[in-house]
Amino acid sequence: MAVITGTADNFDTEVLQSDIPVLVDFNADWCGPCQILKPTIEEIAEENKSVKIVSVNIDDEEDLSDEYDVFSIPCLVLFRNGEEAGRSVGLKNKDEILDLIGGN
Amino acid sequence: MYDIIIIGAGPAGLTAAIYARRAAKSTLVIEAKGFGGQIIKTPDIENYPVEQHISGLDFATKLYNQTVALGAEFIFEKATSIKDNGKTKTVVTPKSEYEAKAVIIATGSESRLLGVEGEAEFTGRGVSYCATCDGLFFRNKAVAVVGGGNTALEDALYMADIAEKVYLIHRRDEFRGEETTVSRLKERENVEIIYNSTVTKLIADKRLRGIEVTDKQGNTRELEIRGLFVAVGRIPENKNFGDIIELDASGYAVSSENCLTKTNGVFVAGDNRGKEVRQLVTATADGAVAATQAVRYISNLNI
Ligand SMILES: Cc1cc2nc3c(=O)[nH]c(=O)nc-3n(C[C@H](O)[C@H](O)[C@H](O)COP(=O)(O)OP(=O)(O)OC[C@H]3O[C@@H](n4cnc5c(N)ncnc54)[C@H](O)[C@@H]3O)c2cc1C
Repeated sequence: MAVITGTADNFDTEVLQSDIPVLVDFNADWCGPCQILKPTIEEIAEENKSVKIVSVNIDDEEDLSDEYDVFSIPCLVLFRNGEEAGRSVGLKNKDEILDLIGGN
Repeated sequence: MYDIIIIGAGPAGLTAAIYARRAAKSTLVIEAKGFGGQIIKTPDIENYPVEQHISGLDFATKLYNQTVALGAEFIFEKATSIKDNGKTKTVVTPKSEYEAKAVIIATGSESRLLGVEGEAEFTGRGVSYCATCDGLFFRNKAVAVVGGGNTALEDALYMADIAEKVYLIHRRDEFRGEETTVSRLKERENVEIIYNSTVTKLIADKRLRGIEVTDKQGNTRELEIRGLFVAVGRIPENKNFGDIIELDASGYAVSSENCLTKTNGVFVAGDNRGKEVRQLVTATADGAVAATQAVRYISNLNI
């Protein structure tokens, strides 16, 4: 699956109402570690059908990052059935992200 | 089996990979997180020769692409130990083991933790180790910076332009950092310096709401803040290799000017090495030296 752009408008339908787990990647264009992480996130999105990946640009979506208490990026938040089921802050390798998705 | 394994894809490790590949040695870089190291956190590098200004991300991306073009291989796993088999070395990761004739440890350093309860849980929820990365989340809010060195002083000055109020908390009565930065800070109306004090508690629900600060006499005070920037120094990432290289009292690798260690065939490069100046230019210089020494070591091995 391709990475979906998350916004305040589609967050409810794409993330909170999703039938499958959703990994939300909070990031920004100016954030170096976020850019290094991006290809890994895209790879995971392509390879996994059981999880949806949503990318939220914190500069465009300040209210969303505030609502989910995101104060440092990159920040990955896993949602299951509309609830937060895991979180990881900072640059991580692919295995660690797969663990976050699989382990919760 | 590889000729050379490099642990860490920061500026030191990547430069070592350039030198190793240009000497036609098969080269594997093992990196725990992603390429680039610490430098990807800064938007502005202004002291690296040739480039008047470059972002850390561009610097790291160019350097990484250069090593890939030269044929270095990469895997993204954390090295947990090195085994010395004499003429070969084995680098162990949680998933696998990799063998080489020589190993260069270029693992750099990490931010030192404050050691207060709840610190890990609230990292990213108000607790931060990088003002230039996370400062903008606290526009017009109150924040605190902890530390007494140049990083703490500069972080406090940087946050004074963004935040409504900045508390600078230092456990001593004098700063180690530059005098000029201290006086610039004292001129700022929204900066309050709290001497002889430490952070003893985080007050938080889902995000940081405040801290408790305790002074040397044991008096406590609560500060209502949203961001806590921890700038209490860095620690070298050598803990997995303490058996194979010698570490000094602060955990830095003891090595010669030639980046040699007590184990033949194991070299160190970059910020994890005991030295006075820890900058890009010294990290890349170490990378060149360590790889050149590793190449020389391999050519003297009879395997
Ligand atoms: C915010 C900031 C701004 C800076 N600005 C400048 C500047 O303007 N100019 C300048 O010259 N310097 C600057 N520096 C310093 C510079 O970034 C460092 O000196 C340099 O990055 C050191 O390079 P290194 O390769 O030795 O280590 P690092 O950059 O720390 O890289 C080490 C790498 O090793 C990896 N690693 C660690 N342990 C393991 C393991 N067990 N297994 C596998 N991989 C591992 C890490 O994930 C990391 O990628 C700045 C630093 C920071 C934090």
